[in-house]
Amino acid sequence: MITSAHATLEIEITGAGENQTPISVVRFGGEERIAGQTISSVVSNDLLRTGLFKLIDPAGKAPHEPGEVKYVEWAGVEALIIGSVRVLGDGRAEVKFRLLDAVRHTELIALAVTAKSDQVRAIGHRIADLVYEKLTGSAGVFSTRIAYVNREGKHYRLVVADSDGYGEQTLLSLNEPIMSPAWSPDGKQIAYVSFERGHATIYVQSLATQKRSVLADFSGSNSAPAWSPDGKQLALVLTRDGSSQLYLVRADGSDLRRITFSETIDTEPVFSPDGKTLLFTSDRGGKAQIYRVAVEGGYAERLTFEGGNNFSPRFSPDGKSFVYSQFNGGTFYIAVQDFESKQVQILTPGGWEKKPSFAPNGKLILFATESQGRGILATVSSDGRVKQKMVAQRGDIREPIWGPFLKQ
Amino acid sequence: MKKLILSLVLANLLVACASEPVKDEAQEPAAAPVATEPAAAPAETAAAAPAPVATEAAAPVAEEVAMPTEGSVHFPFDVDAVQAEDRAIVQAHGKYLSENRGSKVRLEGNADERGSSEYNLALGQRRANNVKKLLVLSGARESQVTTVSYGEEKPRATGHDEASWAQNRRVDFVGK
Repeated sequence: MITSAHATLEIEITGAGENQTPISVVRFGGEERIAGQTISSVVSNDLLRTGLFKLIDPAGKAPHEPGEVKYVEWAGVEALIIGSVRVLGDGRAEVKFRLLDAVRHTELIALAVTAKSDQVRAIGHRIADLVYEKLTGSAGVFSTRIAYVNREGKHYRLVVADSDGYGEQTLLSLNEPIMSPAWSPDGKQIAYVSFERGHATIYVQSLATQKRSVLADFSGSNSAPAWSPDGKQLALVLTRDGSSQLYLVRADGSDLRRITFSETIDTEPVFSPDGKTLLFTSDRGGKAQIYRVAVEGGYAERLTFEGGNNFSPRFSPDGKSFVYSQFNGGTFYIAVQDFESKQVQILTPGGWEKKPSFAPNGKLILFATESQGRGILATVSSDGRVKQKMVAQRGDIREPIWGPFLKQ
Repeated sequence: MKKLILSLVLANLLVACASEPVKDEAQEPAAAPVATEPAAAPAETAAAAPAPVATEAAAPVAEEVAMPTEGSVHFPFDVDAVQAEDRAIVQAHGKYLSENRGSKVRLEGNADERGSSEYNLALGQRRANNVKKLLVLSGARESQVTTVSYGEEKPRATGHDEASWAQNRRVDFVGK
């Protein structure tokens, strides 16, 4: 893995929720002996970015063991995170951490892990995941990764990074466009579109080995890859028969089947979590709108009717709603529509907001937008309350997509 | 035959507004005699399509690089149909291809950035496909015309304004 220890994205929270839970993260004992960022600051930043917590300054208090905590000193704090780091000589470190209920004076989590000293950030994210899950009831996504395309002039890079933007790993670097990265459900491979052969071609690349292979290279455009939930097949878009149409193919490239026959534009397929249906974008009704079709094809139901054009649908992890990009009056918005009630909620103030995707816990939505003329990453909570921007140090960020939970 | 193309282009200049592609076309005939550049092209066309060259033995090889096809046609927002003012240019190209079976053209479809990247890739392909249809209706053979879409990925102008977008909604003719 090629990872960089320093931050390449600057994070700015532009709004925070009300009713934040007051918590305090105490600097871990001995953590300063490990180079790079400290574990406690990784945990603090992760929790802060959710907008769900108010971080109370420990004000000089530095307990590292439960016996050192005087609860009377922590009035107004509901949860307390303490811990310690011991360097083990062989390049490894033992990290102990505890989550304490400062109201009931009980221990909620106690954990000790041993890991390489250069995995400090990963340990911090794991601790933040555990704390988040304990305090909110939802799984944390701090250990997950995101993928996006970074464009500088005519130079394109396909990048994978931690969900907070650190640990950038460049999978592919080209002087031709790269588009539409898509994670395999196990998080081990990424499918994407590259123009290195002179036209849009779909590749699949392993994150661990960097090895890649061509999935589809028919005449015309080969694009918009999307994995089925079981990872056995992909939906994709080909123009070999004329206009862009949806096809299915096995992950090994065999058994290609066409599933739409519209003669108009059908693109951006995405599988439902149960693998039975696809959402896609089509202009069969005159303008780009979101449709739903069974995986085996057949009648396609139009789902969006509001706004001018609607693009880039993606299911929520529970399959109950979908997020998409709405273009209305010259502005792109991120919108969510509930399948059952058909209710639409616009989540963002509007801008150049494209390519939304849910975090695997369904609580956050990652999308591309612009700030001061540059393409950047942004997230919004699925209720629209908490927003943050992540500004890259260089280039424009495009085509982001949030990766899946990784098996521990 | 070159005169025919030129007169068609000039006629088009009078009919339509003098937009970028028309100017490109008008300049092209002047450059057309660059048929004295035989090195790369004959080898390329011989490898790519030996059959048409053989059947069209009368046409001198030099004609293949003389094709005045560099240029563009433009489109309104989210529209893929060739516009009325561009039909004469496309038809002239089709006629040229019908008379020069050794010539080939690549149509490169593009779109402005208003839309998703994938939708725009699809839109650029439809624009290129529609130009190809008109070329074939005007006498070109399918085998003489290839299409590719760059969607919004290779903008000619990078501003977020109609002046830039208008330049990016186009199909380029690239002679091969």
